[in-house]
Amino acid sequence: MNRIIVKKDLSENVVQMVLEAPAIARKRKAGQFVILKMDEKGERIPLTIVDSDAEAGTLTIIFQVVGKSTAALAKMKAGQSLSDLQGPLGNPTEIENYGRVVCIGGGVGVGVVYPLAAALKKAGNHVTSIIGARCKSLLILEEEMKKVSDKLVVTTDDGSYGFHGFVSAVLQQMIDAGEKIDRVFAIGPVPMMRVLCNVTRPHGIKTIVSLNAIMVDATGMCGACRVSVAGETKFTCVDGPEFDGHAVDFDLLASRLRMYLDQEKQSMEAYRCQCHGK
Amino acid sequence: MENNDIKPKKEKVPRQKMPEQDPKVRVRNFNEVPTGYTEEIAMTEAKRCIQCKKPGCITGCPVDVDIPGFIGLIAEGKFVEAALKLKGTNALPAVCGRVCPQEDQCEKFCILGKKGEPVAVGRLERFAADYERNTGKVTIPPRAKSVGKKVAVVGAGPSGLTIAGDLVKLGYDVTIFEALHKAGGVLVYGIPEFRLPKAIVEAEVDYLQKLGVKIETNAVIGRLKTVDELFAEGFNAVYLAVGAGAPVFMNIPGENLSGIYSANEYLTRSNLMKAYRFPEYDTPIVRGKKVAVIGGGNVAMDSVRTALRLGAETATIVYRRTEVEMPARIEEVHHAKEEGVQFQLLTNPVEYIGNKEGWVTGLRCQRMELGEPDQSGRRRPVPVAGSEFVIPADTVVVSVGTMANPIVPATTPGLETNKWGYIVAKDASGQTSREGVYAGGDIVTGSATVILAMGAGRQAARAIHEYLTRS
Repeated sequence: MNRIIVKKDLSENVVQMVLEAPAIARKRKAGQFVILKMDEKGERIPLTIVDSDAEAGTLTIIFQVVGKSTAALAKMKAGQSLSDLQGPLGNPTEIENYGRVVCIGGGVGVGVVYPLAAALKKAGNHVTSIIGARCKSLLILEEEMKKVSDKLVVTTDDGSYGFHGFVSAVLQQMIDAGEKIDRVFAIGPVPMMRVLCNVTRPHGIKTIVSLNAIMVDATGMCGACRVSVAGETKFTCVDGPEFDGHAVDFDLLASRLRMYLDQEKQSMEAYRCQCHGK
Repeated sequence: MENNDIKPKKEKVPRQKMPEQDPKVRVRNFNEVPTGYTEEIAMTEAKRCIQCKKPGCITGCPVDVDIPGFIGLIAEGKFVEAALKLKGTNALPAVCGRVCPQEDQCEKFCILGKKGEPVAVGRLERFAADYERNTGKVTIPPRAKSVGKKVAVVGAGPSGLTIAGDLVKLGYDVTIFEALHKAGGVLVYGIPEFRLPKAIVEAEVDYLQKLGVKIETNAVIGRLKTVDELFAEGFNAVYLAVGAGAPVFMNIPGENLSGIYSANEYLTRSNLMKAYRFPEYDTPIVRGKKVAVIGGGNVAMDSVRTALRLGAETATIVYRRTEVEMPARIEEVHHAKEEGVQFQLLTNPVEYIGNKEGWVTGLRCQRMELGEPDQSGRRRPVPVAGSEFVIPADTVVVSVGTMANPIVPATTPGLETNKWGYIVAKDASGQTSREGVYAGGDIVTGSATVILAMGAGRQAARAIHEYLTRS
């Protein structure tokens, strides 16, 4: 159970894994996530399901190494098993034929927007995708995104590849050029989603964001992942993870994401010492 | 009529206390507070029981434990036999001996309690179960003959574990589907180690598995599989015991500031995820210096005592009524006081104050006074005008109750719920509006106790057995 079938480094700190999880693979829809736990002492880590194969009984996940848990996870090898894998969790993306949609992913968020783009394309939408990274070597899933998009624009912050600048600049250009956009799906770091929502808001373009709040149980039991949407408290795990970006309080989300920074550092330091000791 | 006067006066043996860890020591560790009876103390206490012909204690027990029976065996020094007697009716005696509110149940009806102190039924129950477990004398009864029918139990908390044990003994093929990664429900995520060591819950779960109960963890019914899909897979009946797992917040300004937890989150991090052993365990928890816990129930006491053990300098209960109305067990309040918990009674938060980093720094509170009784019969707290003041706090735990988790009802067509989202059961059998679907525990009653949830499991086991025997 929960065996790692394939493990692949997508960039220096982004890892892709294909996991054996037949029951979840059968049920999963675009936009949903899993909670995984490496071992007895591990954290419960929420990760979007990037792809699934019901016949093979597998799921694909992508994660960035940001702390101790993800660093340890990245060290696991194909053939090893995770102690726990729970899902599919969260509400699936509302997939319809909206007309012309723009799917935007930043950094590891490209992995989250990929299944949405694929499902939206399948539903008959005209899909323009904009994916960005800090530099060329950190860009992920370019080929995959190309396959599910009618048009793909790549951006890098340092100009090492594709458009030199942020994904928001590309979206702004599209709007300025008078392109018809019926809906935007924007997934990435909080500052990126905030800026994208500010770009679309004056034009009344509905913008869906997927939030990465801190979670524990992910079934609506604890409220760790509460966010404010249109002034109301929502739980990201059961009310989301996708919300109307124009109604999300990104400041609150950003400050709640900083809640364990000190502990995360402490944990990482303890882990490094342990690794060096070996 | 009895003539008490001419009876020879027997020397009165007082109710035996359980040895406890010193409050100053225990407040810095997570080990269990009472250390339990020794064999001698247990026998002394057991001999206090006068073995009534019509025992009132049993009528006070939601699962009908033969109380004089097992106590009599302890008095004779037959400890393992006492444990077996308990297990005949109670699937989780080591748990119940610790967390049942005996003062409102069995012990309330004890005849000795009329003039003095009742027999310490809970402490004796705990002793017998611990004795059996610790001496390795746990025996597994032979597997019952299979009746060829399958029952799915949703939720591995007290209610689900009880019904699973009962049905497997009747020969059913029972599978429990548990959403979390560990079985036990509130026993593992909610009740702290210092009140209920997790090794005990593991031993009880292990025992059930040895009886033949199958447990699938990480299985969120409603997401991974629906109730209808369980029937399609060949289950003949389904018991829903998913608990009242959703936290209630007060919806006052500032409640989403960093440092403010629901009791569910705070306790889940500490108990289930073992955040109190961070960084050995990966899940972090905020070790606040000034911790305020809102609420006056057992969960609030568990939270505030956890805060002290995590290193709080001040840990304060903020409760809007007085100590008399507090729903927490007297013993819990007593333990909290011994450990140095402060109580701000007749006090209600109206707003949380934060700093520029979005971290809570205090609670703006109102003083309350008690007015006319409300529907619950308790006098309703009303705010005192102009009484606002601030309690400084860097961590807050909101423990004002829980509500129904909608995942199962929302994905089960035809399953009737009430206006609060709890599943409607026709009667004590737990029969719902869907044929073959039964429900019990907190998802039917709202937040109650471990033993009531177990009682519901026991009754539903009988009902399901009858239903499946008939059909």
